[in-house]
Amino acid sequence: MANSLTQLIQSNKARLLDLWIQKQLTSDSLRDDLMSNDELRAQSEELVNALARSLTEENIDQVDSIQFDEVFEILSGISVYRAQQGFSPRETGLYIFSLKDAILDLIRQEITDPARLFEESVRINRLLDSLGVVTFETFIKGREEVILRQTEEISDISTPVIQIWEGILALPIIGTLDSSRTQVVMENLLQRIVDTGSNIAILDISGVPAVDSLVAQHLIKTVSATRLMGAECIISGIRPEIAQTVVHLGIDLSNIITKASLASALKHAFAMSRMAVKRIDVDKKAL
Amino acid sequence: MVITLSKDRMSISREQDLVPFRNRVKEAAVKIGMGIVNQTKLITAASELVRNMFRYAGGGEVLIEVVSKGRESGVRLTFTDKGPGIADLSLAMQDGYSTGKSLGLGLPGAKRLVNEFDLKSTVGQGTTVTILKWKNG
Repeated sequence: MANSLTQLIQSNKARLLDLWIQKQLTSDSLRDDLMSNDELRAQSEELVNALARSLTEENIDQVDSIQFDEVFEILSGISVYRAQQGFSPRETGLYIFSLKDAILDLIRQEITDPARLFEESVRINRLLDSLGVVTFETFIKGREEVILRQTEEISDISTPVIQIWEGILALPIIGTLDSSRTQVVMENLLQRIVDTGSNIAILDISGVPAVDSLVAQHLIKTVSATRLMGAECIISGIRPEIAQTVVHLGIDLSNIITKASLASALKHAFAMSRMAVKRIDVDKKAL
Repeated sequence: MVITLSKDRMSISREQDLVPFRNRVKEAAVKIGMGIVNQTKLITAASELVRNMFRYAGGGEVLIEVVSKGRESGVRLTFTDKGPGIADLSLAMQDGYSTGKSLGLGLPGAKRLVNEFDLKSTVGQGTTVTILKWKNG
């Protein structure tokens, strides 16, 4: 073959890039709000260059050959970047498939023999399809990283230990108490007991949707650990339906001080530390 | 005669599936207008059983059905797994018995929380638990 497919792409790199950019700029999926056109051009140029460099007549039919590693790397980078920028999977998918259109346009202009044109189109299709698959895989991976980071952030922010009075800590628990969460809660609480020298901790479970036997077991363990540190633990925020459920389940919480609201738990804590909140009678004459 | 009004299937394979599963059960309970106490009882029982399924069988499938009998409606849940099965059913239904260092209240507790409870298990083949909670039960 006088002018092979790879040579064709390599020698017409600039034209291919122009064709591709043209296609992207006119496409509906162009998101100039998320990425500037200069940036898009730089990204596309990098990919076309890498593709032209790695492509040889031998490896065009073997997409898993190591010569394509560079292309895959750049492509992965682009997908992950797009995932984090907030591009939709459709837009990212169309990005790579528009390159296919551009290459097909190019070879249509250059190759006149229909049989050969078909042959080369099939090869290009196969190659670009597998590049498309890589894009999706890494795009999803990029999204998953975002989710993972958020999960970590949620478990970090959702277990605040607040000192509400001298010697009294409060820990509002919101959401489900699973094993890993309990571990974080317990660690934070025990550490704060040491740091603040508190002797009473209030665990508020108003925000826990359901208390099943595992959650109850975790609560009992947390209370036992707190007691070992010489502090007393009060569980507050037991709603009527939770109380009934716990009784039916047969969980024994009678060894633990429990209160319906955080306010009554605080009152109990004041009584335990022999403190009283008093309303001060203001002498009207003095005003 | 119990008639099934709607069916919803969900497979449980990871611990992260437990929260969406509870939400699905809650949706079904809210749909038929179940009160908050019965809702909580049903969700807690479901939570116990799905946790058992996840812990001892590594996952399985739950069928969530809205059923009706005469003028009463309710939610029926069927938990099916292909785990090791339960060797002694009466022992497993005893308060405080556990092979896995838990409180041992899951199965007997779940039975007390719902109106109908059925447990079938074959060692080596798996376990099926069916529970039913009536709206005003």
